[in-house]
Amino acid sequence: MVSRRIFHVVNGVILTAVVVVTLYPFLNIVARSFSTEEEILAGRVNIVPRGFDLTTYRLVMSDDLFWTNYRNTVVYTVTATIISIVLTTCYAYVLSKKHLRGRGLLIGIAVFTMFFSGGLIPNYVLVSGLGLRNTIWAVVLPNAINVFNLLVMKAFFESLPAELEEQAAVDGLGTYGTLLRIVLPLSKAVVATMVLFYAVAYWNSWFTAFLYLDRAELFPVTVYLRNLIAGATDATSTGSADTDVAQVAANIKAVTMVLTVVPILTVYPFVQRYFVSGVMLGAVKG
Amino acid sequence: MTTTRRPWRRDWQLYSLAVLPLLFFLVFRYAPMLGNVIAFRRFRPGGSVFGEYWVGLRYVTMFLADPGFWQVFTNTLIIGALTLVICFPLPIVLALLLNEVRIRSLKRFVQSVSYLPHFLSVVIVAGMIGQLLSVDGVVNALAGTEIPFLQRPEWFRTIYVSSEVWQTVGWGTILYLAALTTLDEELYDAAKIDGAGRWRQTWHVTLPGIRPTMVTLLILNIGTFMAVGFEKVLLLYNPLTYPTADVIPTYLYRLGVVSGNFSYGAAIGLFEALIGLILVFSANAISRRTVGTSLW
Repeated sequence: MVSRRIFHVVNGVILTAVVVVTLYPFLNIVARSFSTEEEILAGRVNIVPRGFDLTTYRLVMSDDLFWTNYRNTVVYTVTATIISIVLTTCYAYVLSKKHLRGRGLLIGIAVFTMFFSGGLIPNYVLVSGLGLRNTIWAVVLPNAINVFNLLVMKAFFESLPAELEEQAAVDGLGTYGTLLRIVLPLSKAVVATMVLFYAVAYWNSWFTAFLYLDRAELFPVTVYLRNLIAGATDATSTGSADTDVAQVAANIKAVTMVLTVVPILTVYPFVQRYFVSGVMLGAVKG
Repeated sequence: MTTTRRPWRRDWQLYSLAVLPLLFFLVFRYAPMLGNVIAFRRFRPGGSVFGEYWVGLRYVTMFLADPGFWQVFTNTLIIGALTLVICFPLPIVLALLLNEVRIRSLKRFVQSVSYLPHFLSVVIVAGMIGQLLSVDGVVNALAGTEIPFLQRPEWFRTIYVSSEVWQTVGWGTILYLAALTTLDEELYDAAKIDGAGRWRQTWHVTLPGIRPTMVTLLILNIGTFMAVGFEKVLLLYNPLTYPTADVIPTYLYRLGVVSGNFSYGAAIGLFEALIGLILVFSANAISRRTVGTSLW
């Protein structure tokens, strides 16, 4: 029994370390974002802000490009999520119908793409060839269906009792009516989970936009941030004539990161369990 | 005749729902697969997406003879192997530790925190790494040094793999924790009667119990072995760290998209995708023979 006690103490220490190590980078970024430049450059900022200062927040938030890009992120995320949900739901519903002729082929078409993809260059050539560059479509179309999400939804639809739909057929509802009025109202939880999966993925994505968009006013905020980190965007360029503007350049990164991550951190505690349930559902029939 | 017509008449509405999704797969998944023919054809920017005329294996022999390619090939194998060896077992360990926690609220809190990094954009992750490891960053402050870690090739793999651990370990526990709850209590009771201590119970009951989950995830991990964390490398590396950081996807991105050698890039990409396909099929076949679990 003594060894059990020791084990629990050690286990507690390890798990505490996991929590600390996971949270530490967040706390550090937040602390840096509220600190003055001198304190940061002197290497004195740890998890408590030093020389509390809001100049950088004011500066970043007064940059028009930042807000334009932030709005783009919202627009891209909403549009892409709607497209993804409609396509994924339709296809998953079709695939869930076991009696359907050619069902195996339809499933195979989707699943094969999980293991083999065209690759970066042909995709790039294609999207450019279709004239989608510098349009919203280059961001919202190329990844519209995630096959993992598709299989999760298919598994859910398959788990619905068949009698429901037989009853719907007796009531004279066609396929569309059954899907809209019977199946979807019963699938609110799984649809919500899918919306979250897609929305977070689109909110966080940057490479598609980076690849296909050349004009700064079209960028999502992730690309804004990427350019800032790579030194290609300058938040001071929109220029308030403040004298200490030149000094704040380094903690601008921290502020922009905090502002980009806040929406995710705000909703995270409320939606986390949907993600977990989504992963489990997918694992049952993976 | 009637047998082929009746399903169509009954199910045409269902088929109609599949039209747009199929169009998506055709255009954005299968057309690029066919687009790989430019690996064997002369490609003119602005011309046909499928190239102009056949040049045979010219681009394949070109990259096979390119020392730069073999350098990134080796880098890819090393980073992929390190990631697999370190990031695959750690979620199992963490899940086992979490499973021993008896205070439910505490367990849930640790879980929630450990999932968090999974929800961050890789741009944010790269930004955080940059801040932590900068000359004025915390790591240097704690170590009392002034090392520009991200400019040092000898540090890149450590940075890549440890950030990968930070990002993935918590989220990776979900499926194991789920599998652990399904284990039969009676097996543990039987093991106790046989005099097995906690370690032996873990070894003989718990681990065999979650083996199907382990094998499945291992196969999936092996399948993505060659892809590496392309976006993260792209965000973290720079010309100074190319000797260790440059991997196949970043190499073909620079050659293909940045420098415009589309055919050459496509040839390398096709090679990479084929290796990935072979890896996942072999891993699956091996696990089916040896442990009797497989994806299909």
